[in-house]
Amino acid sequence: MKVLVPVKRVIDYNVKVRVKADQSGVDLANVKMSMNPFDEIAVEQAVRMKEAGTVTEVVAVTLGAEQSQETLRTALAMGADRAIHVVHDGELEPLAVAKMLAKLVEEETPDMVILGKQAIDDDANQTGQMLSGLLGWSQGTFVSKVETSDGAVKVTREVDGGLETVALKMPAILTVDLRLNEPRYASLPNIMKARKKEIAKKTPDELGVDTTPRLTTVKVEEPPKRQGGAKVGSVEELVSKLHNDVGVI
Amino acid sequence: MAILVYADHNNAELSSATLNAVTAANQMGGDVTVLVAGEGCDAVAEAASKVAGVSKVLVAQDAALKDQLAENVAPLIAGMASDYSHIVAPATTTGKNIMPRAAALLDTQQVSDITEVVSPDTFVRPIYAGNAMATVQSTDAIKIVTVRSTSFDPAAEEGGSASVEAVGGASDAGLSSFEGAALSDNERPELTTARVVISGGRGMQSGDNFAMLEEVADILGAAVGASRAAVDAGYVPNDYQVGQTGKVVAPELYIAVGISGAIQHLAGMKDSKVIACINKDEEAPIFQVADLGLVADLFQAVPELKSELEKQGIQAR
Repeated sequence: MKVLVPVKRVIDYNVKVRVKADQSGVDLANVKMSMNPFDEIAVEQAVRMKEAGTVTEVVAVTLGAEQSQETLRTALAMGADRAIHVVHDGELEPLAVAKMLAKLVEEETPDMVILGKQAIDDDANQTGQMLSGLLGWSQGTFVSKVETSDGAVKVTREVDGGLETVALKMPAILTVDLRLNEPRYASLPNIMKARKKEIAKKTPDELGVDTTPRLTTVKVEEPPKRQGGAKVGSVEELVSKLHNDVGVI
Repeated sequence: MAILVYADHNNAELSSATLNAVTAANQMGGDVTVLVAGEGCDAVAEAASKVAGVSKVLVAQDAALKDQLAENVAPLIAGMASDYSHIVAPATTTGKNIMPRAAALLDTQQVSDITEVVSPDTFVRPIYAGNAMATVQSTDAIKIVTVRSTSFDPAAEEGGSASVEAVGGASDAGLSSFEGAALSDNERPELTTARVVISGGRGMQSGDNFAMLEEVADILGAAVGASRAAVDAGYVPNDYQVGQTGKVVAPELYIAVGISGAIQHLAGMKDSKVIACINKDEEAPIFQVADLGLVADLFQAVPELKSELEKQGIQAR
């Protein structure tokens, strides 16, 4: 079984983002960038399936600027076998990404695509579902457990009310949630080895996908600031304030 | 203009998040039609027909729709899309699962998790865990939007008298099948709609210690939530998680206990009206957003909170 794992280079989850003064977006200059945390979980899942013998090849994919190659190197160091980089400067919306991934699926013919459930930059939570729709494949979203057997995969999904189990026909798209696994840190020897692994380059034009955004960003603003920071000295004072001053209990 | 709202439900009850989505839909302008897709969901359709601001309810009933599998529901939505200018769903796990698939079938770029309707084609949505708010304008012919429930008041459950019409067009794509669910058996109010939420973090140290929070919750009529750290540690189930990728809550009062306040957690609760916190580390970032912060050992403070509430005779509203 062959697995495709799309990964995205995003602002590191520990970085406090700053909105640009001209309201055109957030400031990404000189900011630490990392692989989207959910995508790390996706790579880990694919690599574990390979280690367990159910997967024969793991292909990492990214779509983005030249520097996104670093993210592919991380995926390769974690255990992906090879990588594809669709080089594109500028914004890419989930629909355009899903269309390009659909073309790559046609070329690569994987049995499964494993993605993070959402990217922590645009928080869209769309790409996996869109890819499933475009391909007409089954989809298991927000997955916290995966069991594969011949020609099918059973997933446990984290839903608002708890957990849900769904059986998917192969080929399938999985989007992974936090509890699926704890991604490994790449070891130094594996990082060295990853440098020699192949990264094939492509362009949106070669894939025949129009990446023109459908959404126009009118402005990006800071959210309203909370005036926090007040302290109380005792539980009694806390209850008294909540009850008498603020009146919420 | 006509707007289709996809109803979130469990075949027996209309979810409250649908009411918030109806409000958002009405702000987009135009007649609001609610689609109830399921099986044996007549009661849901009837409830939807009574919601204020709904002019029509379409009911699609089929075994293939019973479990709201995206593979079966998305084509149904896409098939009726040409009659509408907007397709709206609550940003629940069901809405998040189904809508992007429908959007792809319609070659449309969805706008996720909106917090404000600026105009019929322009919406505000949080990005970067709510640390920035983007105003985006859709150029697609049909706008596909999911709605953050806490940002819109619920539409009144009574007052509407929409017509109910059965529709066909459902079929089983044969791609997936529902095997079962393990839903939390919880007598307390639902996290996303509760007036008061009390959440525990890593500082709780064990799942058993959440009983302390539950006792306070029972007095206040509160829901119990948790940070990701507490869920990852196995103290409580996943559906307790409040945060960027968990549930978004905006109660009248949010009490954070033993929660440091990572930005990912703040993303899920910083729109609460009043935030109180109990944490022994006074440097914890949660204090920066809390209106009332108490630096204390939670294992002393929480039982004390319970007895103080009892002493003052405070009850759930």
